[in-house]
Amino acid sequence: MDIPRQIASPQAPAASGPLSLSRRGMLGVSGAFVMGLALAACGRETPGVAVNPLTDVKGGDATPSLWIAIEPSGAVKITCHRSEMGQQVWTAMAQIVADELEADWSQVEIVQALGDPKYGDQNTDGSRSVRFNFHRLRVAGAAMRSMLEEAAARRWRVDRSGVRADLGKVIHAASGRVLGYGELAEAADRLPIPAEADLQIKPREAWRYIGKEVASLTVPKIIRGQGTYGIDVQRPGLLYAVVARPPQLFGRTGAVDEAPALAVPGVERVIRLPDLEPPAVFKPLGGVAIVGRDTWAAIQGRAALKVDWVDGPNADYDSAAFETMLMDVVRQPGETRRSRGDVDAALAAAAKRVSAEYYAPHLAQSPMEPPSATAEWTDDKLECWACVQDPQATRATLAGFLQIPLENIKVNATWLGGAFGRKSKPDFVIEAALIAKEMQRPVKVTWTREDDLRHGYFHSVSAQRLEAGLAADGACTAYLHRTAFPPIVATFNNTVDSPSDGEMGLGATDVPFAVPHLRVESGRAPAHVRIGWLRSVANIYHSFAVQSFAAEMAHAAGRDQKDYLLELIGPARVLDPNAEGAAYANYDAPKEDYPIETGRLSRVVEIVAEMAGWGRTLPKGRGLGIAAHRSFVSYVATVVEVAVSADGVISIPHVWLAVDAGTVVNPRHVRAQMEGGTIYGLSNALYGQITAKAGAIEQGNFPDWRLMRMAEAPLAFDVHVVDSTSPPGGVGEPGTPPAAPALANAIFNATGVRIRRLPILGPNADRLTQRRNA
Amino acid sequence: MAITLMINREARAVDAAPGTPLLWVLRDHLGLTGTKFGCGIAQCGACTVHVDQVPVRACVTPHDALEGQSITTIEGLAGPQADAIRAAWEAADVPQCGYCQAGQIMSAEALLRSNPAPTDADIDVAMNGNLCRCATYVSIRGAIKAAAGKL
Ligand code: FES
Ligand code: FES
Repeated sequence: MDIPRQIASPQAPAASGPLSLSRRGMLGVSGAFVMGLALAACGRETPGVAVNPLTDVKGGDATPSLWIAIEPSGAVKITCHRSEMGQQVWTAMAQIVADELEADWSQVEIVQALGDPKYGDQNTDGSRSVRFNFHRLRVAGAAMRSMLEEAAARRWRVDRSGVRADLGKVIHAASGRVLGYGELAEAADRLPIPAEADLQIKPREAWRYIGKEVASLTVPKIIRGQGTYGIDVQRPGLLYAVVARPPQLFGRTGAVDEAPALAVPGVERVIRLPDLEPPAVFKPLGGVAIVGRDTWAAIQGRAALKVDWVDGPNADYDSAAFETMLMDVVRQPGETRRSRGDVDAALAAAAKRVSAEYYAPHLAQSPMEPPSATAEWTDDKLECWACVQDPQATRATLAGFLQIPLENIKVNATWLGGAFGRKSKPDFVIEAALIAKEMQRPVKVTWTREDDLRHGYFHSVSAQRLEAGLAADGACTAYLHRTAFPPIVATFNNTVDSPSDGEMGLGATDVPFAVPHLRVESGRAPAHVRIGWLRSVANIYHSFAVQSFAAEMAHAAGRDQKDYLLELIGPARVLDPNAEGAAYANYDAPKEDYPIETGRLSRVVEIVAEMAGWGRTLPKGRGLGIAAHRSFVSYVATVVEVAVSADGVISIPHVWLAVDAGTVVNPRHVRAQMEGGTIYGLSNALYGQITAKAGAIEQGNFPDWRLMRMAEAPLAFDVHVVDSTSPPGGVGEPGTPPAAPALANAIFNATGVRIRRLPILGPNADRLTQRRNA
Repeated sequence: MAITLMINREARAVDAAPGTPLLWVLRDHLGLTGTKFGCGIAQCGACTVHVDQVPVRACVTPHDALEGQSITTIEGLAGPQADAIRAAWEAADVPQCGYCQAGQIMSAEALLRSNPAPTDADIDVAMNGNLCRCATYVSIRGAIKAAAGKL
């Protein structure tokens, strides 16, 4: 059964215009009508009621009713417009609002927002849910508190200054009268919304929830098997589908023999999906859908199906040959992306020269919950439920692909069973919508693990070459970093083969080293698979190379790794890469609020070194390694301790980490993100590799895509969260970049083996086999 | 042909194709979605349930082999070990995304029933089949020990 042609050749969603790494607005979702919609939704333009002054505060719309609903029972429903994927954003958002609202925590509930521009940016990646929303959610909470106080004062006919909100109640101290929020909500809602200038935003010392170890709002459900992930959605009459996709990106579906699939008990239909036309963007990959009465029937049907796949333009992609090609690229001069002084002259004049080349393979995000989406059509209206990081982009992509108006589409973000960047691409939701339309029934599409690993949006493969000149005393005088990797932009415009400024700003052009001569270059590399974001993105390979090379320089200079790193970072100062020809985006954060402060980076290095007892003597076969990296406007330094047995078995007894993420909302959950982000990085560095032959991904499931398990995980993990009054930075991703180089540096100190190619072990090896290459 | 399975102490009629793994019967036929799919080949532990109190991977266990046996899922898990584990998990906020945690809890509960004071090595063996991509391993280890201490 073919999907009608007009669906088969969709317009790509607007991905034109200047392409940058910015994960915001990639689909051209306009923020321009945020204000109008919010006003209409809140009915604040009714005659006689003052105009809402809070639609455009710093960070966006802070209209209290957009974020807070108080029920007569006193229950406080707080809307979370970001996706919950384990980073505890439900809890964080609620802490911020509830603090200013003076809500009683036991009455707080979360309502997950639909994808709707009225909330502003909903793209839950880039580690910025708190950064983007901290201010406006406090304003919303304070405004609602003020309105509740005003409502109570009016009811009691007392002066406003004599009443105050306290934990879900408003109190008139002079008379001892008390009214609960539930009793005041309706009256408060009719009052004019106060201006930001008239609000009493709490001082830091008065915070009740922000900065405190408030318990998670999701955990009590999780431990009882409650809560709905994308894969858990149930609808009356639901059918279940899996898709057989072309093994190569832009491969095509040839002849299909559906009879054997239809013979499988429980299989209802076989549906041919439209072939994917470049660019890939967030469109489905094509192939053939198998629909059944349960997921198992669909999986069995797919196994029986016979399809002739037709080769496409990536049929020759071989990751081993590509590695050779990519290493050659970084041996040639590249495009200069930042330059200070005269590197060539300084290298020529150096007393000693050091160089090293690094390689890191493709990786898969592989969240434990694979992509899954449910779609249901009612006439020409579509409702979807899915584990998406960006319900607005999902909606816009659906509208573009299906050529139906945005208003006809409702997108519900469920809980996400992990995401790590995979679920910011809603291709799987489009699949569900196409199949449900064909079936005239609600349909859930589930990706099996094989689908997830073979048809992903992969973390890019990379090659890097670093070269340094050292003075006679060992000090670094010249630093050259060349990087090449297929860029993410290629997913949106497949003619692009040069890294974006955004990607270069993830650990390459923002290198914090205070060396007199410095140059950062990029090389060209075409993409042959869909390239996508993965937890901390290009920071992973850049930090691996730069922080490994820092230790290599220290070794060449005969110096201690930590001392040399601090010397490279240099004196405390504010760094502006753009003054040296970079086009540095600083994670879309204003540099006035979020400058690169090298002193903060040095500080976390010093703290973590002290925590780990850096410099102590370790038994033979043990080593400590250190790495530090600023990403997502937060500063992290990590020390890994490894033990390598005589026959090469690696274990990680202990990890220490210090993070300066500015103001933090929940230190407990920040520690969890640091721990999780680090082990994510260690797991990828030890085992992770996605490889391709004849354009097809070779890995299929957990035996060949290996993840760190309990017995391999660090036995102990200590995190120090720096007490800071700086504005909030990211925490979901910054733990990952220093993990791999800290591990590699520790292995060097334990064994003399210098790791320059990842993964360290791969899926099958259990022991280090490389010889000393110091 | 419908068969009857005992799930969480309740008799449930099931009409699925012969050989259908218990996982899909629970999730797609009975609406018990607390048990998760992660790999389908007994490699990740997300689908762990108890059959006659023993942890098994529901993704590779044909449902029609389980007639007359007692099946427990995360929704029905109860008892002193389960209480201690849930309390320890909550006290430390062990789960992140939570997707693997039903399986983790099913494995941990079985461990504590057979071994009330597990060592690190015991924990490694009992929990090594349960992957967690959010990497909550250190917290899980700590919470298992905390729960054991309360029993
Ligand atoms: S789904 Fe059963 S072990 Fe992974
Ligand atoms: S908590 Fe997310 S996979 Fe374990």
